[in-house]
Amino acid sequence: MDIHEYQAKKILSGFGVTIPRGGIAYSPENAENKARELGGSKWVVKAQVHSGARGKAGGIIICNSSLEVAQAADKLLGKKLVTNQTGPEGKITNRVYIEEATDIKKELYLGLVFDRSSESIMVVASTEGGMSVEEISKKKPETIIRSKIEVAVGMQKFQAREIAFGLKIEPNLIARAADTIIGCYRAFSELDATMVEVNPLVISNQDQILALDCKMSFDNNALFRRNQVSELRDKTQENPNEVYASDRGLNYVSLDGNIGNIINGAGLAMASMDMIKLAGGEPANFLDVGGGATPEKIVKAFKLISMDEKVKVILINIFAGINRCDWVAEGIVQALEKIDIKVPIVIRLAGTNVEKGNKILKESKIKYIEANTLEDAANKAVKALGN
Amino acid sequence: MSVLIDKKTKIIVQGFTGKMGSFHAEEMIKYGSNVVGGVTPGKGGMNHLNLPVFNTVKEAVKNTGASASILFVPPAFAADSAMEAADAGIKTCVAIVDGIPSHDMIKIKRYMRRYSRTEKMTLVGPNCAGVISPGKAMLGIMPGHIYKEGKIGIIGRSGTLGYEAAQQLKNLNIGVSTSVGIGGDPINGSSFKDILEKFEQDDETEAVLMIGEIGGPQEVAAGKFAKENMKKPVIAYIAGLTAPKGRVMGHAGAIVSAYGESAVEKVELLKECGVIISKNPSVMGETVKSALNSKT
Repeated sequence: MDIHEYQAKKILSGFGVTIPRGGIAYSPENAENKARELGGSKWVVKAQVHSGARGKAGGIIICNSSLEVAQAADKLLGKKLVTNQTGPEGKITNRVYIEEATDIKKELYLGLVFDRSSESIMVVASTEGGMSVEEISKKKPETIIRSKIEVAVGMQKFQAREIAFGLKIEPNLIARAADTIIGCYRAFSELDATMVEVNPLVISNQDQILALDCKMSFDNNALFRRNQVSELRDKTQENPNEVYASDRGLNYVSLDGNIGNIINGAGLAMASMDMIKLAGGEPANFLDVGGGATPEKIVKAFKLISMDEKVKVILINIFAGINRCDWVAEGIVQALEKIDIKVPIVIRLAGTNVEKGNKILKESKIKYIEANTLEDAANKAVKALGN
Repeated sequence: MSVLIDKKTKIIVQGFTGKMGSFHAEEMIKYGSNVVGGVTPGKGGMNHLNLPVFNTVKEAVKNTGASASILFVPPAFAADSAMEAADAGIKTCVAIVDGIPSHDMIKIKRYMRRYSRTEKMTLVGPNCAGVISPGKAMLGIMPGHIYKEGKIGIIGRSGTLGYEAAQQLKNLNIGVSTSVGIGGDPINGSSFKDILEKFEQDDETEAVLMIGEIGGPQEVAAGKFAKENMKKPVIAYIAGLTAPKGRVMGHAGAIVSAYGESAVEKVELLKECGVIISKNPSVMGETVKSALNSKT
């Protein structure tokens, strides 16, 4: 799960990371008042959307008067911001963050992620802040510092100091920088995060070390024990069909093609989509109804797919194990009696009691195209597009 | 032979008296697995499915001589149960459950570092279908009848895609020595490489089919291991050609975040290691067959 910049900043500040003073606003008037409250003569208005690269997309505006702050907020609020990470549909800006402007002396990069090969937490840092980490590794790979943290004992002070010295931070600021790095580590490990990125981490002209922009993501599997994190979820930042799916226990990812899929198991779903691609089609979605493929889940899956106007053909591929094909077939028939599907449906059943399952489908009133193998199903789905 | 489990392996079920635990314990017994009891804290002394229930894994091991366990406990308690099994001397533990936090998985793996290589438990999963040695024993939730007894080792992340492979092999009259589901999570108990190592040492396994997917470094690490240490052919299919970068595709671990993690890149890197590639998921069985033919 992702959260907004201002939420991540608030969390990090609770772990001793210094952040610029700021406040959240939902309207231009609100924004103007926040700017006045903050005082000073220069502010930054930042669109709060779940995406990086907001600056280049016009989502971050520097203002020299409270009137300009109101105008900037008006420009951003209620509009979709399209960045190179949001896709062409963009993401809606429902809140803006007003921050006092910082006089930047130096911009650094600090990120923490899970390292899957060493199964530990990895700190990645660079003197080249402000660029994305991908860009840094392309343009200035020699500046990248990596430090593996042993999670059983947590980050040690010497490790944080090594990173700070590696970032060429002046000696009088090292202790402060080390505290900042340890604060980020603690936030990561104590809140079940999967990513903390402070970019840039800046040293100001006043020699403060500040998190100027930050992002945090969290492990969905751990949200049950992180109430204070899970309540930060902002569904307006997610694809509406994906929200509908996740609220109903379905694993769904919306894609650009026109062949809708209903499959049991994530691996089989990806494999079926591969077959669609190889047959010359494009999947409209990834949808895993779970290994069990219960009739309830199948009904929900049909409802979800029928909400997607891109879908011109539906491919169902269920490999029944403990759940038998006859049972799955009954679920499909029930679902199609409830929901009116206008597009061709290709059904491939496999596994336990496949003959019984296919017999139930044949004897029912539903209109469908029967397929026997993965390949057959994909070919028939692509062919049905032409009809 | 087979890897991890055979007909004699004594199995206990952790979370035995729950709905899932009871259902799958019965399925395993029907298949012929040697289930000798189970553990549900607080229900020790009871009988369930005509088998003894114990309060702790240590008690169960002491009284039954069990060496394998399967976990049917909710994700929040799964790490605790896995560590309890490791400490009680269980040799193979399968965690079926989906939804264990990554931080907990790291904790389990760090905890297990206290044991020497010979004493260390093999944890399989989480978020997997388990282990089956066809015709011998099943320590999992798969439909046992789709697996034919034979000489191919299978290692896969996905349950149903693994079933697909087993059925393709069966249709070609090819059997399986053991099939191991290592699960779809980013951090898992056993990696592809860990299980490849076991298959290489198993006399009965002639070739190994790896069913991988996008995300993480494990498939490629296994390919490198195979190149340097294995005589048996390794065949692989990698799912997820159409997966966009940065999106989680169902399995928590199925996300492309770095170079070498997409399906196309993994296939290229595996080819360089001499791994035979199944070019699509409908020819996994045929690719294994032709690899076996060119071997003899």
